[in-house]
Amino acid sequence: MTDTINTKFTCRDVRVHYGDFEALHGIDIDIPDRGVTAFIGPSGCGKSTFLRTFNRMNDTIDGCRVSGKIHMDGQDIYDPNLDPVLLRAQVGMVFQKPNPFPKSIYDNVAYGPRIHGLTSSKAELDALVEKSLRRAGLWEEVKDRLKLSGTGLSGGQQQRLVIARAIAVSPEVILMDEPASALDPIATAKLEALIEELKERYCIIIVTHSMAQAARVSDKTAFFYMGDLIEFDDTDKIFTNPGNTRTQDYITGRTG
Amino acid sequence: MGQIPIYMMLLIAVLTIGGFVYNRSAALEKFRAARAAAGGRMAPTAWHSQASYHGYFTAWIVGLSTLAIFIIGLFIKGSGTGFNVAWLVATILTGLAAIILTGRKVSGQFRARTYVERFIQGFLILLSVIAVLTTLGIIASLLFESLRFFKEVPFMDFLFGLQWSPQTALRTDQVGQSGSFGAIPVFAGTFLIMLVAMAIAGPVGLMIAIYLTEYASGAVKKWVKPAIEILAGVPTVVYGFFALLTFAPFVRGFAESLGFSVPTQSALAAGVVMGVMIIPFVSSLSSDVINAVPQTLRDGSYALGATESETMKKVVFTAALPGIIGAFMLAISRAIGETMIVYMAAGKAANLTANPFEAVTTVTVQIVALLTGDSDFDSPKTLVAFALGLVLFIITLLLNVVALTVVRRYRAKY
Repeated sequence: MTDTINTKFTCRDVRVHYGDFEALHGIDIDIPDRGVTAFIGPSGCGKSTFLRTFNRMNDTIDGCRVSGKIHMDGQDIYDPNLDPVLLRAQVGMVFQKPNPFPKSIYDNVAYGPRIHGLTSSKAELDALVEKSLRRAGLWEEVKDRLKLSGTGLSGGQQQRLVIARAIAVSPEVILMDEPASALDPIATAKLEALIEELKERYCIIIVTHSMAQAARVSDKTAFFYMGDLIEFDDTDKIFTNPGNTRTQDYITGRTG
Repeated sequence: MGQIPIYMMLLIAVLTIGGFVYNRSAALEKFRAARAAAGGRMAPTAWHSQASYHGYFTAWIVGLSTLAIFIIGLFIKGSGTGFNVAWLVATILTGLAAIILTGRKVSGQFRARTYVERFIQGFLILLSVIAVLTTLGIIASLLFESLRFFKEVPFMDFLFGLQWSPQTALRTDQVGQSGSFGAIPVFAGTFLIMLVAMAIAGPVGLMIAIYLTEYASGAVKKWVKPAIEILAGVPTVVYGFFALLTFAPFVRGFAESLGFSVPTQSALAAGVVMGVMIIPFVSSLSSDVINAVPQTLRDGSYALGATESETMKKVVFTAALPGIIGAFMLAISRAIGETMIVYMAAGKAANLTANPFEAVTTVTVQIVALLTGDSDFDSPKTLVAFALGLVLFIITLLLNVVALTVVRRYRAKY
């Protein structure tokens, strides 16, 4: 890790409670500004919960409480004066199951720019929609049917549409929660190629169940176990020479 | 015959249940014997149906055959002790014969389960056929009586006539013996009241649904939902006298304070109260539809930085729209068919008007008025009720078809 890469998120003693249950027991981590950071770990280890703290999606869950500090570029994102709505415009998210809105492909991508008033003319919006779809690698496949429903696309196309939708509001960070778990191997390969391209512009944090995927796409990997961050290091190091035996057991398939 | 049919029914029930119990235990015994003979290890093909299926098979055969004897007896319409005894004996003998004959069939090879399942299937088909036939019967009777009416009054005069005064003379020598049967004012009244009702129930019901599904906390939901459902449980006649005695005078007083003079009975009074009545209808159907919109869509919208109200308006509402339209259409059918409130609060005078402060009459009110009281069932005055019913039926049918088509055409795939 070179010194030229800045830290995007600084997390100190982050704890998440669902009612009386503590799902995360004090996480300290620094997430770099560029590149892909992967969160791995067995089901229920808290990695998805942790991912959702970065855009405050946990706020929408009843009885969920987050404590500790998370700073993005030095700004406390849990500052009571900070509107989570504005935060989410900067921190996009892609979910496990593709969730295009039951609207046309065009309207799906234009949704964010419209609600945030990012464009001032139809031509500008058209250009932004095209740019976002191009970046998501979907433009060539859908340019002739922008008026058709986004729900009519295949699973892989839907997931890239959702990424285009997130890109359209020009976020700095894209969170991905097991984005390939509902996709076939070919669509997964396309998605991974896309992540490879996007990491030049965005800070990407990806939760994945696939060891191989983490090894392929990420620059840094964090291993979570039972609500604790066990190990966080360069992906190469984690997969070749992990510092912790529990990490080694998990990536070699002995636990989890 | 007197009490005989009731005893016969009891007898049939006893024979059926007895047959079930007897042959189930017989089958169980045979099964155990066969298993013991095979040394406790039977081939899977050696015994097909479980003992209880042999019992059910017997029950079906006994029930159906004795029921057949019972019905034949009813049709013969015999009387006297001799006939009754013969009837009873025939039933008992048939039942016993059925028990013994089916008992003989019990074996590992007899596929009792297959037959029982076929009987059940046939029974279910029969039930659905009865429902369909009832509907067809209602349509046929409406059609038949309407045709009789249209023999006396031209179809076009009925459908497009602007004058409604369905009085016909009881004696032919009375003056003004031929009434006029133009249905337009009656249907106009129905639609005016329906529009008033939907203007109340549509927005209010929808807002309630949105509040309850998206914003209300658990405690609020716990109290508000049942409270709204109580509205749906109020008998329509109570709504009717509420409209007539409380709300209508209020409407009149309000209009008079503005300088209008209006009758106590008005389309507005009936329509508003009917609107209140169908609020729970709209709100519970709509909230079901809104609840069915998956959380992942809401999450997707929030994750893009949309607020709750933006998410509601632009994502959840559009996704739920087909279902909401369906809910509205059902509410409209309900409003058109409602009788008691309009009978009490809307009036009987057939005014062709779009002014909700005037008294109007509706199709349902006229049907009630035409068919109650002394009237013979051959005059146009009563037959027109069937014609009104037929047209009303066709309108609600079309509404439902349109609603279903809209819902299917624009159904969102999540």
